[in-house]
Amino acid sequence: MKLSALPQSYLNRRSNSFRSPGPLDSSSDSAVKSPATIFWLILHGLCCLISLVLGFRFSRLVFFFLFSTSSTNFYTAPFRSTAELAKTLDVHSVLSTKPVSNLELPLLNKTATNSRVVVGRHGIRIRPWPHPNPIEVMKAHKIIERVQKEQRLQFGVKDPSTIIVVTPTYVRTFQALHLTGVMHSLMLVPYDVVWILVEAGGISNETASLIAKSGLKTIHVGFNQRMPNSWDERNKLESKMRLRALRIVREKKLDGIVMFADDSNMHSMELFDEIQNVKWFGAVSVGILATLANTDESADQKKDKEENPRMPIQGPACNVSNMLAGWHTFNTLPFAGKSAVYIDDRATVLPRKLEWSGFVFNSRLLWKDGGDKPEWIKDIDMLHGDIESPLGLVKDPSVVEPLGSCGRQVLLWWLRVEARADSKFPPRWIIDPPLDITVPSKRTPWPDAPPELPANDKPVMGIQEPIVKHTTKTRTSRSKRRSKRKHETRTDTQASTRHSEQN
Amino acid sequence: MEIWRWVFIGILFLAAFVVKIEAFKQGHRQSTERISGSAGDVLEDDPIGRLKVFVYELPSKYNKKILQKDERCLNHMFAAEIYMHRFLLSSPVRTLNPEEADWFYTPVYTTCDLTPNGLPLPFKSPRMMRSAIQLISSNWPYWNRTEGADHFFLVPHDFGACFHYQEEKAIERGILPLLQRATLVQTFGQRNHVCLKEGSITIPPYAPPQKMQTHLIPEKTPRSIFVYFRGLFYDVGNDPEGGYYARGARAAVWENFKDNPLFDISTEHPTTYYEDMQRAVFCLCPLGWAPWSPRLVEAVIFGCIPVIIADDIVLPFADAIPWEEIGVFVDEKDVPNLDTILTSIPPEVILRKQRLLANPSMKQAMLFPQPAQPGDAFHQVLNGLARKLPHDKSVYLKPGEKVLHWTAGLVGDLKPW
Repeated sequence: MKLSALPQSYLNRRSNSFRSPGPLDSSSDSAVKSPATIFWLILHGLCCLISLVLGFRFSRLVFFFLFSTSSTNFYTAPFRSTAELAKTLDVHSVLSTKPVSNLELPLLNKTATNSRVVVGRHGIRIRPWPHPNPIEVMKAHKIIERVQKEQRLQFGVKDPSTIIVVTPTYVRTFQALHLTGVMHSLMLVPYDVVWILVEAGGISNETASLIAKSGLKTIHVGFNQRMPNSWDERNKLESKMRLRALRIVREKKLDGIVMFADDSNMHSMELFDEIQNVKWFGAVSVGILATLANTDESADQKKDKEENPRMPIQGPACNVSNMLAGWHTFNTLPFAGKSAVYIDDRATVLPRKLEWSGFVFNSRLLWKDGGDKPEWIKDIDMLHGDIESPLGLVKDPSVVEPLGSCGRQVLLWWLRVEARADSKFPPRWIIDPPLDITVPSKRTPWPDAPPELPANDKPVMGIQEPIVKHTTKTRTSRSKRRSKRKHETRTDTQASTRHSEQN
Repeated sequence: MEIWRWVFIGILFLAAFVVKIEAFKQGHRQSTERISGSAGDVLEDDPIGRLKVFVYELPSKYNKKILQKDERCLNHMFAAEIYMHRFLLSSPVRTLNPEEADWFYTPVYTTCDLTPNGLPLPFKSPRMMRSAIQLISSNWPYWNRTEGADHFFLVPHDFGACFHYQEEKAIERGILPLLQRATLVQTFGQRNHVCLKEGSITIPPYAPPQKMQTHLIPEKTPRSIFVYFRGLFYDVGNDPEGGYYARGARAAVWENFKDNPLFDISTEHPTTYYEDMQRAVFCLCPLGWAPWSPRLVEAVIFGCIPVIIADDIVLPFADAIPWEEIGVFVDEKDVPNLDTILTSIPPEVILRKQRLLANPSMKQAMLFPQPAQPGDAFHQVLNGLARKLPHDKSVYLKPGEKVLHWTAGLVGDLKPW
């Protein structure tokens, strides 16, 4: 977006290329050589010679000081102009801008009638400390929040409903990783949230401590079966756990929109805005990140990837008139026989035909009393067995509403990643007791350092007191350390981040 | 009788209750607000039927041939003169009978002599204008009747009818003497400036409406940028030291706020310029070589509150649009405190400004759509002309009386075109 600033750019070019307009323009100005003009010309020529000698543009500075009017700001101007002048040791620029400066000098004082706005050179005003003020930044953020709140009120969902989130979980290595992600997503949702956590193996302190700081309204129930070790069994148990949560929704007569947030999935914020549009029963498109979990087989699958590089999606499929026509499901054929069976396998974990997380519905569908429930919903208590997906709750799948511009928007991503069988991670992600390893400083030769290590331990003692107890042991445990090195490279780096000054 | 009295009181109560509910409903969360300037609620006025305009038939060397030589004139920010001509040719306010006309329009495209870079050279414009006026004064009697007082001209160049891009030269030249009695419709506006005549109508610069329409994003996209600006801070080609360009104001913005996270300012030319404006709360509209810029139009269309840094500027349609209530005006000397100024505006005021900007009649008034739509800038110009009617008796000169001198003005302008 160039301003009309640019007309100036061809003033200089004009003197070189456009001959015809040149004489026309100058003819009106300097055709008459008055003594004043000659005087200025001579004076300016003199100043140019002086500048040549001095090495910077001296003439402008002098004339600026002599002729500047009250509107220019003195305290910044000397800094700016001398700084710029000192930089411009370019003699060519002095000579080439002669036509411009010739005009500006006599006109510096010429103001329009009664105007406080002066044409000519002004100082560039810089305040004494030109850096952001944290108080102003906070105020600006408050303003932005208020503006966004108003935008949500006007253009967002009118009368938003509570979102009832059902999450089955159990204590395992990656639980903290997954659950924290879901928790943070839910904390950002601008609507009311009720989080129903069903935990296999009963309520545990670990889960409770993870969700304690969320500030969300949570219902944490235990399910008294332990999570089995195979994916099939796990999926079945999770379905049972979700049904348990739905029974809670029915008992407590919670009002809102039920959605299923599995703890390893990733949700976008637009998902929560979009599901507010559901009337009774809706489905969204879920991106399947199945191949991510498996890196070893990527070489085999590279060919497949080139042919079919798009991410597989599970969700509603619409016809031309935006009516539900069918379902996109995950193609499991390429993975036949190669998928993970046990939870800590290294193979790809496959999703089932239709994942629970792709469905949302109004909680009133679960309530006992008749009300205005449509007749195509089955009663949960009347289910004979377990259902594989929420479609088992409806008698006629064509009533499902496709959300997210008819399934074209992928609003959440399905992923199942669990720790491998041979992984070693500290429980609750706390290193307790603290490590008894000290990392020698870079300057000492590594790894067979002579016993000068205790000298380096002195700064260590300042950091962590428990380590002090163990420093005397380092010499004796060094042999042990070397043999354990392969496994403990990870823990070494963790220790090194503590002893940051040694690194 | 007692019963009737109680019935009457009951009816009064009911009426008051109903009125209260209506008032409550009206005040409850409106997303736009009506715009009324000092001239009143005039943005939605319909000029058709209130004035008659006669369009002079000039030979095509004044308009069509110039356009044929360079089609770029249709897209640059000075294109209003061309589109105004086209609008008037097919508008209901046009009359073919000059005796009944209130206003006379001369279609001469003075801003269409472009450099290879696309910038208009104004050196021939005074001669072109003069030649056009000579033509109309010799072929029709209406110019001599009033010496141009009921004629209007579109001069959208940097400094209007001063016909120069450099401010000092423009001030030196002054407004073309022959146009001293005519009404000028121009983009330039600065109080107490030689190039702004009393009674001129200020219009917004041309911004392509279709291009802006195609870059609209959903309104619920949250505005997360506090202050947004893209453009030059230093004009290195013409003013390398700074201090001359924009009277040092743009350089001051850069030096004070270049490391401030709230200010998204840079000289880049992103392809998402329009989309970014829609995600910003404030958009800076500082002066450049001239005080006006298309940024104001863009800010209004995209709902971003314009922060105008140009002393004494006169904004488009200033008598119809209450700019003080819509934008934020910052003096050039206060630029170092811009962050304090902007963060100390109360949120209610900001929300009100956004509501005013959301008013569709506000956005329409800044645009020159093709074909013309009610309430757009063409109609606002006609409204402005209609507000100047009826003409004072003094505009009509007695036969033989002359006010303007044909040979007034610079010698170079007297050459025939």
